[in-house]
Amino acid sequence: MIDSGEIRRRIEAALPGSAVTVRDLTGGGDHYEVTVVSGMFAGKPLVEQHRMVYGPLKDVLGGELHALALKTILPEVP
Amino acid sequence: MARSIMEEIQREVSENRVIIYMKGTKAFPQCGFSAAAVEVLKSLDVPFKDINVLADPEKWQALKTFSNWPTIPQIYIGGKFIGGCDIIREMHAKGELASLVQVSLKED
Repeated sequence: MIDSGEIRRRIEAALPGSAVTVRDLTGGGDHYEVTVVSGMFAGKPLVEQHRMVYGPLKDVLGGELHALALKTILPEVP
Repeated sequence: MARSIMEEIQREVSENRVIIYMKGTKAFPQCGFSAAAVEVLKSLDVPFKDINVLADPEKWQALKTFSNWPTIPQIYIGGKFIGGCDIIREMHAKGELASLVQVSLKED
């Protein structure tokens, strides 16, 4: 298993300045729901946005991290 | 002769307008994410091909590289990689998926 803090740290390191919310769906440490708000998603198709988040988790995805529901959001410009 | 798995995948995504690589089959999905993706595709009312990666671990492994995507399901429309479960659900909610499928059907 991987804890939610580790997931958040990895994504924040890969996407500096992003706001990351991680929810453990089962309490078992292997099914998570992750929401990432980042300006770095600007101009990128969804598939690229998701790849940017999967990148730092590649070694655990499909293994100890069984399931990751992902939502990527572009911050609203004030 | 050794199996050319990459060529096999390339052929599958070219020959099928809509194809999903999934865990289980569309009649009997074996993972919640695959099941959810199948439900979205069924609602589009177009034929789609399903490939069960649980029955072909070599292809499962190759798909990670082929699509540059770490997880299953993976959906291709008109030969183009669309994404996984979250993406097709989001595109479907916005109404973008049906139009994408229609455009790819017209290209035939």
